[in-house]
Amino acid sequence: MRPDADGRPVVEIRGLGKSFGTNRVLQGVDLEVRAGEVVTIIGPSGSGKTTLLRCINLLELYDEGSIRLDGVEVGYRASEGPGRVRRSERELAPIRAKTGMVFQMFYLFPHLTTLQNVMLGLVKVRKKPKAEARRIAEHWLGRVGLGHKLDSLPAQLSGGQQQRVGIARAVAMEPMLLLLDEITSALDPELVGEVLAVVHELADEGMTMLVVTHEMSFAREVSDRVVFMDGGRITAAGPPSKIFDRPESDRLRTFLARFDQARLGRGPIPTD
Amino acid sequence: MDLALQSLPFLTKGLLVTLEVSALVVTLSLVFGLTLGVVLVYGPLPLRLLVRGYSDFVRGIPVLVLIFAVYYGLPALKVNLGNLTAAVAALTAFTTAQVIETVRGAIQSIHHGQMEAGKAIGLGFGQRLLYIIFPQAIRRFLPPWINSVTDAVKGSALVSLVGVVDLMLAIQQVIGRVYEPMPLYIVGALIYFAINFSLSSLSRRLEARFSYVRE
Repeated sequence: MRPDADGRPVVEIRGLGKSFGTNRVLQGVDLEVRAGEVVTIIGPSGSGKTTLLRCINLLELYDEGSIRLDGVEVGYRASEGPGRVRRSERELAPIRAKTGMVFQMFYLFPHLTTLQNVMLGLVKVRKKPKAEARRIAEHWLGRVGLGHKLDSLPAQLSGGQQQRVGIARAVAMEPMLLLLDEITSALDPELVGEVLAVVHELADEGMTMLVVTHEMSFAREVSDRVVFMDGGRITAAGPPSKIFDRPESDRLRTFLARFDQARLGRGPIPTD
Repeated sequence: MDLALQSLPFLTKGLLVTLEVSALVVTLSLVFGLTLGVVLVYGPLPLRLLVRGYSDFVRGIPVLVLIFAVYYGLPALKVNLGNLTAAVAALTAFTTAQVIETVRGAIQSIHHGQMEAGKAIGLGFGQRLLYIIFPQAIRRFLPPWINSVTDAVKGSALVSLVGVVDLMLAIQQVIGRVYEPMPLYIVGALIYFAINFSLSSLSRRLEARFSYVRE
């Protein structure tokens, strides 16, 4: 945990279950992320990592269990019970605004400039005056090394630059929790480093993050805790040293071994 | 040629009626079509089915049948509309169905990730439509919509068949007096063409304005 972390839980997930039709993607997930903590989720494709992230900011609605963000149940009006009522669209927006998300495919708004991409949420959701929003957006775009690209459209930027705009758009909103969903998976290998460097800096500054990634060395460096998901459950969790150096389950060992092989050019590249 | 020029003053009133009918139909169908199109994409299932059924049904019958049904058919249900109102209502119903489909296609051409990115920063549904979906969808919306607009202008000629004195009927009235159909039909064709050609030129200008570099 970072030195300035106060250890208050930002998100508490209990017994989380989610099905798509008959496919149970999440089968009782328990996870807590405390303020200032960086938690990384690793696991094979289809293990439910991305769905877990998407449940936290309600891009998917979970069917069982509970997600409390800052003490508030996110998807339903009551915490538990079979008859609980899902929240209306009107209630969801302010809850979603507490988290920030960076997407694998960036999803920048192609009709808006870099600056406008970052300003939109500040003006329309945070209700900041234009001048202040602009100042904040310029600050964050400068931080991710794009101070010279304020008026570019996303299509004029490289993938790495676009993803850095995606990060600036999310963090400028000052979310209490930043969700990173395989943010380097769509990038050319030589562009991965510039994006991860930005995340590294944010982690060092105490940004609370929940990260889904296939970049194992990055996960090892940046995480306070690593959780391994398999078949919709968390089957191993602990500090990076424990997960990567002394993996206890066979399943986790096999998973990590496949990554090592892929890195050495032997065996298939694990995909998601 | 002389005859054609002499006839122009007699056609002005009809032309104004044609323009009025077209403008009403285009405006009303835009408002209804946008609303129902959004319902068709994002609404709850029962409403979606209703809009789908309406659109399929109305697009499946000839406009002329629709006009006759409203003007001659509705009185049986104790709904009596004047000929102008009935014609505008029928044309609006038809054009609305086309606008619904145009709106649906334009919205669905936008990647679902755009909606998700908007949700993720906490924008409400209306804000996402207004600031993210519509500005991108308008490029896909404009070309087919302008087609519908020119169709509406041309289709407005059908209102002459329920006795509304529009450009078409005015032309026929003049022909009835001078017994020279050809020059007058040519004048009529040129006027309709002038209206629609300016509309499609305007559309090309708008398309250029709303285009931006694609991702």
